[in-house]
Amino acid sequence: MHPAPSVIVFTVLSGLGFGFLALLGLGIADPKGWPAFWLWGLGYALAAGGLTASTAHLGNPQRALLAFTQWRTSWLSREAWTSVAALLLLAPCALGDWLGFDVPLLGLLGAALSALTIFCTSMLYAQLKTVPRWNHFSVPLTYGLFSLTGGAILAGTGWFALLCCLALGIALVWGFRAGDLRFAACGSTLSTATGLGSIGSPRVFEQPHTGGNYLMREMIHVVGRKHAQKLRVIAVLFAAVLPAPLTLWPSPLTIGLAVLLHLTGAFVQRWLFFAEAEHVVGLYYGKR
Amino acid sequence: MTQLPATTDKKLGLVIDLDTCVGCHACVTACKGWNDQGYGAALTDQDPYGAEPSGVFLNRVHSYEVQPEAGPAQIVNFPRSCLHCEDAPCVTVCPTGASYKRQEDGIVLVNEDACIGCGLCAWACPYGAREMEETAGVMKKCTLCVDRIYNENLPEIDRQPACVRTCPTGARHFGDLGDPDSKVSRLVAERGGFELMPEQGTKPVNRYLPPRKKDRPQEASLLAPLLDIKATGFAGWLDKLLERI
Ligand code: SF4
Ligand code: SF4
Repeated sequence: MHPAPSVIVFTVLSGLGFGFLALLGLGIADPKGWPAFWLWGLGYALAAGGLTASTAHLGNPQRALLAFTQWRTSWLSREAWTSVAALLLLAPCALGDWLGFDVPLLGLLGAALSALTIFCTSMLYAQLKTVPRWNHFSVPLTYGLFSLTGGAILAGTGWFALLCCLALGIALVWGFRAGDLRFAACGSTLSTATGLGSIGSPRVFEQPHTGGNYLMREMIHVVGRKHAQKLRVIAVLFAAVLPAPLTLWPSPLTIGLAVLLHLTGAFVQRWLFFAEAEHVVGLYYGKR
Repeated sequence: MTQLPATTDKKLGLVIDLDTCVGCHACVTACKGWNDQGYGAALTDQDPYGAEPSGVFLNRVHSYEVQPEAGPAQIVNFPRSCLHCEDAPCVTVCPTGASYKRQEDGIVLVNEDACIGCGLCAWACPYGAREMEETAGVMKKCTLCVDRIYNENLPEIDRQPACVRTCPTGARHFGDLGDPDSKVSRLVAERGGFELMPEQGTKPVNRYLPPRKKDRPQEASLLAPLLDIKATGFAGWLDKLLERI
């Protein structure tokens, strides 16, 4: 799949933002006064900034409000609702932390909606049977752990952040492995795609067009896959291993550094997430 | 509404005969010709005369070489377009309700006025049946020529999808696959028509007819008795002589 920058920025930043907002809502990070203003502001900026980036890949962003209408079947529509609801419900908590009053319950609800938002984002990908690597529960797990880890590092939670880093690292390694087996397991081949398997073994004789097209640009991304193994190592190192020790001595400096390392790893992982994913339509072109 | 109808009154679709298709691409051009000026946004081309031409088509014809266990390989031309699936995943993923499946005839359409061009439906389709119209920012797909098949301004013979009407070999058939007595359903039953990628669970309406068994040329030529000529006389002497040298 084509690793579109807008979608990479969207999933990484809003994932981190909603993770952080959830921890603030739960009171696991509990700033007061002006620090609260800045930290909540950062959470909002990340979450909303990510969501805004996602509209950059739309053909007609001016109609984006219509995306709220199909929540019965569409994960994208559900995500629109949960994200806006989370941002609205958490606003009184943010004000409360800043100005020093207590808002019962809303923080909990807001945190739950933030978690749901992250889940909906992951389901945009995990729902697709056409992309076997994504069609697996390791995808929601990884997205969830990324948000939790990023949020925990940002909130300077010490041991908790360290445990999150460990869990994320393990989930990533396992997810890469599990993902590698998915295409074969889905059972789609050129034989099933053309139905010609019953008379022999098919192979591409001639392509239907000599130029490129939308399908090939969007679904068949082979460039960069050759460095996949190295990039996997880099992703695990930066997203989980390197920030881990830093989390034990939370100070503005170590937190800043750990977040930078973690985000670098997250961007590499997300780029790979798209670049490595193969769509079954590639079978028709003899490519994956 | 992106909820799929539980059942549709008809299941309009295509039956494509892989035996008769000669791979002429006439259906591709007829489709582009009709849909470029009919329903919705035009099917534009990018850089059409330049180094990297690219364009939107709703139908593409592949060619495959199929190698049976024994004997020579066979070329099969393979048109690929929307199969108007019963469990269309492209519809349920759509956030805006732009994609929908019609209850009356099962045709899967895009309401371009509601499409935000997110591309999720194209990702959800296993068959590559949807292509983004990048100029207008909306998703395009086969409409089964919904603006022809019910169009009373056209002579009756033309009330068929443009690809079906144009196919010079009659490899494309249009009809109601929900009616077991329709011409297309009988064709599917007689010829063993099949679905594409049934494992994807989309329940396509369109069917493909497999290539018929080819005649195998007999191992020995019919002319064999005549070819095995025993030379006699002078020619026979020459033959023996030459073999000895
Ligand atoms: S072939 Fe693709 S675009 Fe057409 S209905 Fe099926 S899933 Fe949707
Ligand atoms: S591209 Fe248009 S039709 Fe397809 S899912 Fe997005 S809004 Fe719906």
